[in-house]
Amino acid sequence: MFLQTDATLVRLFAAVIGLLALASAIGALLNHRVHDPALRATVQNVNARIRAWWIMAAVFIASVSTGRVGSIVLFGVLSFLALREFVTLAPTAPADHRALVWCFFVATPLQYALVWEGRYELFTILVPVYLAIFVAVRAALAGDTGRFLQRAATTQLALTICVYFVAYVPALMMLRIPGYHLPNAALIFFLVFVVQLSDVLQYVWGKTLGRRPIAPAVSPSKTWEGFCGGVLSATAAGTALWWITPFGPLQAAIMALTIALMGFAGGLVMSAIKRDAGVKDYGSLIPGHGGVLDRIDSLCFAAPVFFHVTRYFFAS
Amino acid sequence: MIAQTIGGVCRFVAGVSPEWHCDPDATNPRVFFANHASHLDFVVIWSALPRRRRDEVRPVAGSDYWNAGMIRRFMADNVFHAVLIERAGPAGHSLAAARTSIGLMAAELDRRHSLIVFPEGTRSRDAAVGEFKAGLYHLSRSRPDVDLIPVFLGNTNRILPKGEALPVPMLSRVVFGAPIRAEANEDKTSFLHRARAVLMDLGGPHVSSN
Repeated sequence: MFLQTDATLVRLFAAVIGLLALASAIGALLNHRVHDPALRATVQNVNARIRAWWIMAAVFIASVSTGRVGSIVLFGVLSFLALREFVTLAPTAPADHRALVWCFFVATPLQYALVWEGRYELFTILVPVYLAIFVAVRAALAGDTGRFLQRAATTQLALTICVYFVAYVPALMMLRIPGYHLPNAALIFFLVFVVQLSDVLQYVWGKTLGRRPIAPAVSPSKTWEGFCGGVLSATAAGTALWWITPFGPLQAAIMALTIALMGFAGGLVMSAIKRDAGVKDYGSLIPGHGGVLDRIDSLCFAAPVFFHVTRYFFAS
Repeated sequence: MIAQTIGGVCRFVAGVSPEWHCDPDATNPRVFFANHASHLDFVVIWSALPRRRRDEVRPVAGSDYWNAGMIRRFMADNVFHAVLIERAGPAGHSLAAARTSIGLMAAELDRRHSLIVFPEGTRSRDAAVGEFKAGLYHLSRSRPDVDLIPVFLGNTNRILPKGEALPVPMLSRVVFGAPIRAEANEDKTSFLHRARAVLMDLGGPHVSSN
């Protein structure tokens, strides 16, 4: 395995570890200071989230360090876990069983194999063209027409969000950008760092200053104060990281803003799906956070947009 | 070893996260009774138990199905250590066969083995919970000091439905409820009704009956 011992990446990883150490210190301080029983639950949840962040950061750093192999394996596994959480909630019928088996065991590996092979012209159309046709035809062949449109759309949306969109993250490795001297893993780092930092900061701003909810019926915890504070501060952090990207400072600011806005949109849509199913979280795999899909919901929409904007304006 | 492997695969495929309303680690023999929709059901319950308790658990299964063919027989005898009993045929159960079945189950309890039973008698086609057969009542009467633990299984009918060979790896729910026993003055019908209601309550408000 070729470890990417690029000095810049190592410094970035060290900075992440520093940030987490700072977060843990603040968490310990809150745990020590806050005695109000109404706030204790929040402090405990924050500390559980920070502990989970250490593990998630370690897994992310370990896989991105091995470059294309590690990032494809990591996001392939995340797609699989996200898809199972999505389908668990989705209102599919017994007649969809065979189509779903194909989605899990053929479509998902195939999508990542195409990313591995760098087949841009195929990996961008596998789900929207071929699987859209396959899923609808397989459901029709199964012979159950009850809620047919809803079921076909559900399966297609599950594949699109959990597999097609998430696969755009490791696909960043295939871009050839003239004049960019860092490994493309730095682009993955930029995307994931800005989108997750935006999530965390929206949470922090929302918990401290949040008053006016944006869409109370969808998610009572998303407020205008949290949204503006989180998106703007994540954009500022992304701008400060312009030197690890092929972008200039202003371009990096626009990219970071786009990523943060798409992250918010992804989180909002995934919340709407959860509310419709009547659950709070997609799963319980990550303590304090919920399921895999609760953590990568903001990445789902940001990844394809970041990939295509970067490819259109910067790649050869 | 085969059982450990199957248990591991099952935990992965069915994403088992158990919920307990009774002591998971009790050492006295118990009867776990669950709703039944999938071949996964027994392994899901088995793999949700604490590792120390798994060797002491025996699934009760229909001999007509599990004695048909070498592979099924090998799985039932050597891997799962199943207690095979005669199921009610379309013409009904002979009284003698029913007595033998209860005797076999009671003997396992006397050997300090716990049992997993599916009182509906067969796998249902959907998520609905069918009527219970009388065996659970007679078993509780013949061993009145044994706790009966209701176990609600959610989503296994979607992961591996009856008649399908390949699973869709979704998340399942396993809820272990508080123990019940047949009361001294309780008749068969009201006990079976109560046992089924307790089981369905564990699944929440969306569980349907048929």
